[in-house]
This record gives sequence, C-alpha cells and structure tokens, in this order.
Amino acid sequence: MALQAIAFYLLAAVTIAAGFGVVSARNPVHSVLFLILAFFSAAGLFVLMGAEFLAMLLVVVYVGAVAVLFLFVVMMLDVDFAALRQGFARSMPLGAAVAGILAFEMVAVSAVVANRGAAGASEGPLAATPDAPNAEAIGRVLYTDYVYFFQAAGLVLLVAMIGAIVLTLRHKPGVKRQVIADQVARTPATGMRVVSAKPGEGIQE
Amino acid sequence: MFATDLALATPLLILAGAALLLLVVGAYLPRPERLVGLGAMAALAASAVAAVTGPQGQAFSGALTADAASVFAQVVICLGSLVAIPLGQAWFERRGIRHFEFPVLILLAALGMGMMAGAGDLLSLYIGVELQSLALYVLAALQRDDAKASEAGLKYFVLGALSSGLLLYGASLVYGFSGAIGFDEIAAAVKGEAGTGVLFGLIFMVCGLAFKVSAAPFHMWTPDVYEGAPTPVVAFFAGAPKLAAMLLFARVLAEAFPLAADQWRQVLILIALASVAVGAFAGLAQTNLKRLWAYSSIANVGYAVLGLAAGTAQGVQAMLVFMALYTVAVIGFFACLAALSRNGRPLETLDDMAGLFQQRPWLSLALTVFALSGLGLPPFAGFWGKYYVFMAAVNAGDPILLWSAVAALVGSVIAAFYYLRLVKVMWFDPAPGETDRPPVEAGAIAVGAAAFTFPVVLGLMPLIDHYAKAAAAALGLG
Repeated sequence: MALQAIAFYLLAAVTIAAGFGVVSARNPVHSVLFLILAFFSAAGLFVLMGAEFLAMLLVVVYVGAVAVLFLFVVMMLDVDFAALRQGFARSMPLGAAVAGILAFEMVAVSAVVANRGAAGASEGPLAATPDAPNAEAIGRVLYTDYVYFFQAAGLVLLVAMIGAIVLTLRHKPGVKRQVIADQVARTPATGMRVVSAKPGEGIQE
Repeated sequence: MFATDLALATPLLILAGAALLLLVVGAYLPRPERLVGLGAMAALAASAVAAVTGPQGQAFSGALTADAASVFAQVVICLGSLVAIPLGQAWFERRGIRHFEFPVLILLAALGMGMMAGAGDLLSLYIGVELQSLALYVLAALQRDDAKASEAGLKYFVLGALSSGLLLYGASLVYGFSGAIGFDEIAAAVKGEAGTGVLFGLIFMVCGLAFKVSAAPFHMWTPDVYEGAPTPVVAFFAGAPKLAAMLLFARVLAEAFPLAADQWRQVLILIALASVAVGAFAGLAQTNLKRLWAYSSIANVGYAVLGLAAGTAQGVQAMLVFMALYTVAVIGFFACLAALSRNGRPLETLDDMAGLFQQRPWLSLALTVFALSGLGLPPFAGFWGKYYVFMAAVNAGDPILLWSAVAALVGSVIAAFYYLRLVKVMWFDPAPGETDRPPVEAGAIAVGAAAFTFPVVLGLMPLIDHYAKAAAAALGLG
C-alpha cells in the first residue's frame, strides 16, 4: 500500500511539474517534450488505478501519434513563440480566473460523481475484475456485443480515408517518379548507346 | 443468435460489402467508372429488395431495428441513391472528372442512412449520422478545382461537425441522466416527467438533428452548400438523407421520449414555423435557382417537422408520406438543372430560364410540375404531402397545433410567389438564346420524376398511404 502511495505521489508530482514545464519552457520543442513526459506520468497514474488499457492508449495514441504530430508542426511552422508570449503579464489575471473556475468545476463534478448524483438511477460502471485484465475484458466484448459499432466505426474511418485520397491525390503528367521495376529491368542494352562523334563537333542530339 | 443478427442486417451488409468490393475493383482496373457505377446500382437495388423481403426484429442487442419504418425508409433511400449514380457520373464525365469513388461514396452514404433509419440506440444513431455526413461532405467537394464547390464542401463540413457536436453533447447528457443508451431503456428510465437534465439533452439532440435536416434556425448552411455543390450531388443530398434524418428524428422522439411528448412538441412547433417562415420569406429574394430550392427545402422540412409535432402515429405517417414524395420531386428538379445548359454554361438563375418552353418543352413542363408540386396545387404530389401534414395537425386536437397549421398554410401561400414566378418566366418571357441538347440520362430522370409527381402518384397514393401507415405504427406513438 505504501509503495502505491509513493508511486502515486511521485507520478502526480511529475505530471504537474511536466505540465508546468509545458507552459513555461522557452523553446516550443521542449514544451512538446514536457507534454510527452506528462502523458507518460498520467499513463502511470492510470496503471495505478487498474486501467492499464487506458494507459496503453494514452502512450500509443497521445505519445505515439498526437505528440509526434505536434512536434512536426512545431518544427515545421516558423512560429515566433516569444512574440506570442508578449502579453503574458497582461492576460495573466484573466487566465488565472479561468483556471480558478475550471478548478472549482472539477471539484464540483468530482463531488457529484462521488455522491452518484446525476446517474443515481442506473447501476453505474462495472467494478474492475481482478481475474480479467481490462484489455482482455474490452477485447471480449469488442467483437461480440459491440461488433456492429466497431465495424461501423471502421467504415467511418474508411470514408475519411477515401475522402482524403479523392480530394488531394493528383496525377500530374510531367512529374518524374521513381519506378523501381523499371530501374531493375534496365540492361546495358537499354541504358547505354554508342555514339560516334566527329572531331570538333561534339554530340548532337 | 449472431446469425439472426446478420440476417436482420442484410440490407446494410450488402451495401457495405459492395462498397468494399467496388473500391478494390476500382483501384485495380484501368477504366473502372462505368463498371463500379453499375455494380453500385445493383447493390442498391439488392439492398432495397433485401429490406422488403427480409425478416424484422431487433439485432445486435437493440442497436439495429428492422421494422416497417426502416424498410419504408430503406426503399426510398436506395431509390434516391440509385438514381443519383447515373445522373452524377454522366455529369462529372462531361466535365472531365473521372472518379470511380463517386458511386462508392454514394453507397457508403446510403449505408449510413440505412443505419440512421434503423438506429435503436444513441451509439448507432451517432455512427450512422457520421457515416452519412462524412460521405456527403466529400461528395459536395468532389469538384475540387471549382472554388465554389470547395467552399461548399468546407462549409458543410465545419457546420456539420458543429451539429455533430451538439448531437453528441445532447446524447451524452441523456446517457448521463438516464444511464442507458438504448431507446427503449431510456424511455423506461425517463418514465413520466422528464427531468431537467434529460430535457436539456433532448433539446440539444433535437438541435443537432434539426441541423442535419436543415430546419430553421439551423438552416444557414443550406443555401451556400446547395449553390456551390455539383448539381447532381445536390439532387442526391436534398432528398434521401433528409428522409433518413427525419425518420431518425421521429424514432428518437417516439421510442426514447414518448412520455415527454408535451415537452418536445413545443420545440418542434417552433422549429416547424420558423422553417416555413424562413423558407417562404427568404426565398422571395433569390434569383439563383439552386439557392431558391434550398429555401424551398427549408420550408418543406418545416412541414415535415409540423407533421412530427402532432406527436401521433398519423403525424409520423404524414411526415413519411411528405418526405417520400418530396424526395422524388427534389431529385427531379435538380435533374432538370443538371440537364439544362446554354453554350456549355449551366442554367442556374431565374433569368436563364426565360422562354424555356419554346426550346425545351418537356423539361420546362417537368420544371412546371415541380414548381406547382412545391406550391402544393391539388392534383400534384406536393399537395398530398401537405394534405397529410395538415390533417395530422388538425386531428391532433391541440389548438396551438391548429393555429400552427394555419400559419404554415399562410407561409405556403407566400412561397407560391416564387414558384409561380419561375413558371411565368419559363412560359411567357422571351428567350435570350438557344439551349444545348440536354443529356439523355438527366432528361429521362427529370421527366420520370415529373411523371411520378403527376399523374403516377395518384395511382400509387393508396400504396404509399398503406406502407407509411404501417411504418408509423411500428414507431408506437398513439
């Protein structure tokens, strides 16, 4: 139990510190790296709560895809972050007020959830079962009870993919592409020709 | 168990399977457009047949419902999508755009509509709506070198995402306060008086769905998208998707909130009257026909919502009859626009239509039929739709609804101005020049739809009445 408490406080402290690092780092690349650290520590917190599937998703989706995308965007776009930060002192009170309201709302929502206020009529979420890890529990229902939604969601993604291709793919005639088959099929007979050049005239095509 | 689920989902599985297969075929064949188009049409026809002949019941633990209502919708959806394929393919080909993805996207949109028509819980509702809308966004922007089409696609996408957000927020509130996602379970959990939380969720969901059917005050995207998107694509998404969304609307209200009827009726009456008013008044100022018909569609959706607002089985029946007849008329109208051009430039404004009767008598006759049907003149299809709606509103026995029906009638009289102006311009104004020969398929679809609107509909009315009645009974409103 004590070990869990230590792990929780350590991970929570790292998460908060990394979150602070995200907004305070001067270099935007450092901000993104701090963000990744925050995601990892949050994943650790999920594991502590017994939600290892969520932890996995957080690492795979947010660290693996979203944060890397951020990193690309930050590195490719020439945004002057120092200029963006100019009005920090001026907008500080407003930001602090929003943060305060947000903190109050989160506490209020947590209190309501703890008392089961909104969803009092229903039986609530299923308790964690120690014998089946939750990745396995989700796997059991994904292709059975929820197969309809799962497949339909797959079709939604397919439409998105078709749309992206239809709307962006262009076949321009003059573009030179690497065709490996052509390269491999090249022989000395097709790739080379012997030209006899007269002295002083060079080669005329 | 799983086998019966699959049997119930056959109409959808046919569409999904065909879409995947045709995508692969299209990717590997050198000139696949025609083959993929024919395959998609065959799949849509097969899906409609499977829906009519297939079993009925609930599949996937209530996520998908196959009942008389979903069958009715599936048939209209499949027909509307089927007609859009040749219309669109020929239109794009004339502009040198060859996308074999066009029929595939139509198939996937039809699949999404089928999911909407048969949605049994909040999850399948949302996924169906998303699948349908995403395919429609891409279709709207398919003519990507045209600035207006790209603008239409982007506008449609951004506002559609906003409406999905509203819908999802409402769904999350309903789930949070009732603890269930199945429509039946929500109805059981809500019982009698709906609490403030559930009501909030319900209102948000109504707003999101109103966005999808382009009812006022959530209609602003409609004129711009109709104007910018390729004409045959507009023919497709002005018809069938709205029927699917209206049925979904009816399903959510009738199956999940039957006991909160007094609360949602007020909201629906407001939406209906606002739509009729916006459609009638804003339409007066339009000179572009695609924009004009966008406002006309806003007004028409208002009548359909008015039918739903009656909150009775007769009201749902009226809504289904109205939307089915409207779908045919709107496809026909936009097929006319797709068929007409002068020196290669499509005829889109009111002035372009001047003197059309001397040059293209059949097409101008078809346009006249659609205008008179939109106006609601007695023997035409539009009249029957409105007749059902007003009868339902009067029979509901609520004075507010009675006065709303009167107000909607006034709106339809105001809108008569722009319908009649189109007729007058076509028949009596001098023509500015020769029009091009209309393409066969668009002309045929336009004349066919006009023939349905009048006089074929008179013969089919008992049949439509019967099936719409069965469909409305399946939703279980008193």
